[in-house]
Amino acid sequence: MRRSFFSMTMLGLVMAFLYVPVILIFAYGFVPNGVSMSFFGHDGRFLGFSGKWFGLIFSGHYSVRPLLQSFWLSLRIAGLATLVSCVLGTTAALALHKWKSRLQSIHYGLVYTPLIMPDILIGISLLMLFVASGIECGFWTILIAHVTFCVSYVTMTLLARLQDFDDRIIEAAYDLGAGPWYTFFRIELPLLLPGIVAGGLLAFTLSIDDVVITSFVNGAGTNTFPTYVSSMTKHSRNLPAVFVLSTLMLLFTCALVGVSKFLTSNHEPRRKA
Amino acid sequence: MTKKLREALVTSPSFIWLTLFFAIPSLIVLAFTFHGHTANGGVGEWSLSTWRELVDPDYPVIVWKTIRISAEVTAWCILLALPCAYAIARMKTKWRAIVAGAIMLPFWTNFVVRVFAWKTMLHPDGWLQHCYFAFLQFRAWCFEWLPPSVRGFCVWSGLASPTPPDPASSTILDSETAVVLVSVYTLLPFAIMPLYTAAEKFDFSLMEAARDLGAKSFYAFRKVFIPGIRQGLVSAFLMVFIPAIGSYVIPQMLGGTNCVLIGNKIFMRAIQNRNIPHASALATLMAVSVFLPLGCALWWRRHQAARDKREVEVRAARLMLGGTK
Repeated sequence: MRRSFFSMTMLGLVMAFLYVPVILIFAYGFVPNGVSMSFFGHDGRFLGFSGKWFGLIFSGHYSVRPLLQSFWLSLRIAGLATLVSCVLGTTAALALHKWKSRLQSIHYGLVYTPLIMPDILIGISLLMLFVASGIECGFWTILIAHVTFCVSYVTMTLLARLQDFDDRIIEAAYDLGAGPWYTFFRIELPLLLPGIVAGGLLAFTLSIDDVVITSFVNGAGTNTFPTYVSSMTKHSRNLPAVFVLSTLMLLFTCALVGVSKFLTSNHEPRRKA
Repeated sequence: MTKKLREALVTSPSFIWLTLFFAIPSLIVLAFTFHGHTANGGVGEWSLSTWRELVDPDYPVIVWKTIRISAEVTAWCILLALPCAYAIARMKTKWRAIVAGAIMLPFWTNFVVRVFAWKTMLHPDGWLQHCYFAFLQFRAWCFEWLPPSVRGFCVWSGLASPTPPDPASSTILDSETAVVLVSVYTLLPFAIMPLYTAAEKFDFSLMEAARDLGAKSFYAFRKVFIPGIRQGLVSAFLMVFIPAIGSYVIPQMLGGTNCVLIGNKIFMRAIQNRNIPHASALATLMAVSVFLPLGCALWWRRHQAARDKREVEVRAARLMLGGTK
């Protein structure tokens, strides 16, 4: 196979470009001076690495408490949003897969449009809904907003999985005398579970990453991790703590994805058999 | 349970949720554009005053700037992504999955934190600042050579600055360059992935055939590979251009006052000035500039499919005619 030298070089450069900030985030978790954000003293001397930011986070020191609180809020919202959007997304995907009526084409439009809408438009329209109906912004409005944009992603992931779903299995279940509820909970749901987990993972990462929509609907004083970080200034002393937290999160996500890859790869031969 | 009832039951949860929290709010935004605004931050009577006020010299400039920056970002992303997609598609199957995964991996770090890391790197004392200033000087030097009319157009459209760079005021942080750079950084995978999926389906023996017939590598790349993956190119364009139009965080954190785009103006009007009708009108403008290219792309795709079908039919007809002769 012929390889082009130019395209391989470009790929290498692009990879470097993509990885530099991530390596920086990792490295700055060990910075000794949080104000100057530098590994060097005023005299240009190398100060070494420091583990104090890890210490602050694991001991829950008061200076990082707002950060930890926002992080905890993010986790709670992402967890709940994943749960609700998985339920709504599963029913939506099943309906879109099973029936091809006029109702479903409208339904498809409703599910598909949020995917192409810029975040800021979803944010402002929800803010206006809450303003117009006099709902106070806070935890619940953030949750509603997150579910709204996660549903579409979960539905689309599941819909793609459903395309190679063998519908004869369901018919066989009915023929053998199973009712609709039994068929759904004992046959369809377990078979769809890998797809739901994949959609749920996507929803979780999107929810924990979202800053634009949240900054419209969070109200005063409720901050998720991203909105808290974006409201920090360059000179806030806790920046390295933020970097430490996101490094830990990256490692956690990698582990999670690795585990789910392992689980799904274990499932596949059984499904084929 | 009848079939209709069951369908309605399964459809209703997501349908009702999305109607309530997506369709109705969008209509509310549209309705607010036909209201005036009151001095105390409320929404006034029905009127067309908001649309009339959009002619305000501020807004068209911002819309144009947003479209120009999005186009720049899209062009850079596709230029960088093309050779990458080509390189990945030519690898062995095992390596492809690993490299594609490695491209997505940095994007599991929190988006805001990544932007913050860039903010740290673009600090006025950093080495990127020196590179930026050298680039500015080089660009000014290049523009010296252009004929005055072309230079005038570049200055007018915002591609070039009318004055030579000044070391004190040209910092890369709070500049357009920073916004373009970091937008390219965040959107690049969305250009690589569709191009890569299109390149994977591409039949590389066509390129070898072109080379056997005497085409140079780059000529074959341009004349055989690029047309072969045009569906992927259209997807990549949409995947980058649409989020770029809607970008808000990057210009907010890295653009300072020099790079206010529609997104920032919407936020400013909605949250800071409490001018809801103006924010709604700007949001409507943004939606239009998102759906216009999307509509064009969908039309083009359908047109292409119809043309391909016609071609097949014509060929089939010819074959049949040839067969009867």
